[in-house]
Amino acid sequence: MNQPSLGHVLQPKWRTALQRLREERARGPGRPIALALVGAVFWLAAYGVLYRILRYFRGVEELGPLLAGKLLGLVLLSFVSILVLSNVVTALSSFFLARDLDLLVSAPVDWLRLYLAKLGETLLHSSWMVALTAVPILTAYGVIYHGGWLFGPYAVLTVFPLLVLPAVLGTAITLVLVNIFPARRTRDLLSIIALGAAGGVVLLLRLVRPERLARPEGFRNLLDFITVLRTPTSPYLPSEWATQAIMGHLTGSLDPLPLALLWTTAAAFVTLGALLHRELFATGYTKAQEGAERFVRGEFWRRTLGLVLRPLPVAKREFVLKDIKLFFRDTTQWSQLILLAVLVVVYLFNIKALPLHRGEDVGFFYVTLVSFLNLGLAGFVLASIAARFIFPAVSLEGRHMWLLRSSPLDLRSLLWSKYWVGTLPLLVLALVLTTATNVLLEVRPFMMIVGLVTICALTLAIAALALGFGALYPQFETENAAQIPTSFGGLVFMMATITLLGAVIVALWQAVYQYVRAVYDRRVVVVGPDMIFWFVVAAAICAAATVLPLWVGLRRMERFEF
Amino acid sequence: MIRLENLSKLYGSFVAVDDISLTVGRGELYGFLGPNGAGKTTTLRIIAGILRPSGGRVLIGEDDVHRNPLVAKQRLGFIPDRPFVYEKLTGAEFLRFVAGLYGQEGDGVERRIAELLEVFELTSWRDELVEAYSHGMRQKLIISSALVHRPACIVVDEPMVGLDPKAARLLKDIFRQFVARGGTVLMSTHTLEVAEAMCDRVAIMQHGKIVAEGTVEALRRQTAAGNVSLEELFLRLTGGPRARELAEVLGGNE
Repeated sequence: MNQPSLGHVLQPKWRTALQRLREERARGPGRPIALALVGAVFWLAAYGVLYRILRYFRGVEELGPLLAGKLLGLVLLSFVSILVLSNVVTALSSFFLARDLDLLVSAPVDWLRLYLAKLGETLLHSSWMVALTAVPILTAYGVIYHGGWLFGPYAVLTVFPLLVLPAVLGTAITLVLVNIFPARRTRDLLSIIALGAAGGVVLLLRLVRPERLARPEGFRNLLDFITVLRTPTSPYLPSEWATQAIMGHLTGSLDPLPLALLWTTAAAFVTLGALLHRELFATGYTKAQEGAERFVRGEFWRRTLGLVLRPLPVAKREFVLKDIKLFFRDTTQWSQLILLAVLVVVYLFNIKALPLHRGEDVGFFYVTLVSFLNLGLAGFVLASIAARFIFPAVSLEGRHMWLLRSSPLDLRSLLWSKYWVGTLPLLVLALVLTTATNVLLEVRPFMMIVGLVTICALTLAIAALALGFGALYPQFETENAAQIPTSFGGLVFMMATITLLGAVIVALWQAVYQYVRAVYDRRVVVVGPDMIFWFVVAAAICAAATVLPLWVGLRRMERFEF
Repeated sequence: MIRLENLSKLYGSFVAVDDISLTVGRGELYGFLGPNGAGKTTTLRIIAGILRPSGGRVLIGEDDVHRNPLVAKQRLGFIPDRPFVYEKLTGAEFLRFVAGLYGQEGDGVERRIAELLEVFELTSWRDELVEAYSHGMRQKLIISSALVHRPACIVVDEPMVGLDPKAARLLKDIFRQFVARGGTVLMSTHTLEVAEAMCDRVAIMQHGKIVAEGTVEALRRQTAAGNVSLEELFLRLTGGPRARELAEVLGGNE
């Protein structure tokens, strides 16, 4: 029997992608321009940082290429680790939970085509971001080490098998896991493992203080430094082969072996992966159809939070309870708290590692400055969290709007519930972050109060912006909450929040500068009309950024049609 | 109890619902029939307050669904054709949540939930997450949710889809008892035997318009169709498929 070509099996995917592109084009140039702009800023920033580091390395006699190779090895190793994790998670969806599987499995498509089609899909979905991140990094290497025009294609030739290997490995791990556990359980398990591991890697990378690599004078002697340089390499790691291939090309000592190793290993992996798929896919797919979680401890929330919320009207109370239950019963949602915890630890660690308190006057100025700018940084962290947890809130109700709109639930109550369910935990986090950093910085009471009041006002505004923009740019078709913040609306929300942070910081600086000046000149700090004026301006900005988005969001929700 | 006045709905230049008016009284079970894409679901979703009409209005009792939604919707229970339910709630939690949306709580609600779960044979599943429910069980849960607040009107889109014969029979009995006690049911269906057996009056929709309306008997008289079945009547009114073409399509692989 004639088998459909691989292109034919993948046709619905690329046709959907093309259609999306067409729809994007029809919407006008605003969205692509904004995305291109943000992409360019990110690329330039990554390129700039790498360029400076590599230029510095290049100036270090003898050790330079070693350091550059070491850095590239670390970067590629972390890429491969991330890719294995991300492929494991993606393979679970594309091989076992995707909606097109019923059609493909019931059609007379042979196992090899199905495997290659789904492997390609998994590879693309989990690797595109890493591949794009690699571009400015490798460009910086090419520019600093004069890689020439051949370096581009050579880098692609090197990186491609490096993407294939984790895809095959991740897929194989998933295949085995699904044969042991039911697919839905595996998904829960994997999201915890993946996020735990990602958090661990971030924590480890930060706590080992990689900035020491760039400051050899910080080591007791050269031997220590070289020991650090040599630690995590292994000749069996594909990332090491890729590093050797790239550095070989850049330093003029081209050796074809690493590249050959990469390609032959990738080919062997695909073959072995396909054989494993042939043996295990059918039983795994059958198992994937079963096994949703069943038993639930429903009374816990009613007896605890339900009692606390007793004074609220019943509709609001039930809505809040529902949102909290859904969050904690969905592993893909609550497991993100692991990353959040890591983020907070790293944040506080960074503040603690700052070289302040060296001289009294300079110390005071810098402490106040850092504490003040910390408001902006903390605001940015809160915005990222709001983007992940509050921005998708309206989108996630999309499929249930038939119920909410056909019931007498006031949309204001819905928005109110969503707002406070998101804002209260954010507010607690904001206060903890600001208090802890200010205590670590040993700021004076004036800055402590300014910091705490400002961060409260900012949190209320950021949460409102997240909810408002979430309603303005809803993603009703997306099932995965994690994908919603990466949409265009998420980008616009982040830009709006950055503008808000900038405006509030500029306004507040006028007041804080008067305080710093007074302390510096050893005058008594007087909270005069000028200072009060700027505090009022900052408060007005925050109030407007709270009320307006909620109002606009409500108007937009009233016009939703399903 | 349910009154549509010159209702219309446009999507760009496409007319989904074209100036329809009808009244469904208390104690009446009214059927909406029509081919796919005739505008039945859109009409029902406008009645339920999910879609806004481009023109005209919907009254539940004396209250406009779109001008005075909170009061009008209190009296309404809606059962959609493709319901999405919160997967991570249990059946009982879902019903409690829906009752809460209608401002109801307490022992009365708990008794009502237990009663509905018992009637639809879901009692042993009450503390299971909805994600573990089969399609038919979800459908039963949705129907329970439309009844949990004791509405005066039920608007239901394709009620029999996914139900086993026993549950379908149960639903028919529930609807009949509901209208016998003065309730109002407006339902769309493709199952013409159901419409013929259950509905006091039917409307046949095509291209967004009501092309015929009345009791099945009256429709037969209107079209001078003699003693034909509702199916035959439906096909005549909506220009149904030609049998020869159908046979050609079905025999295409021989």
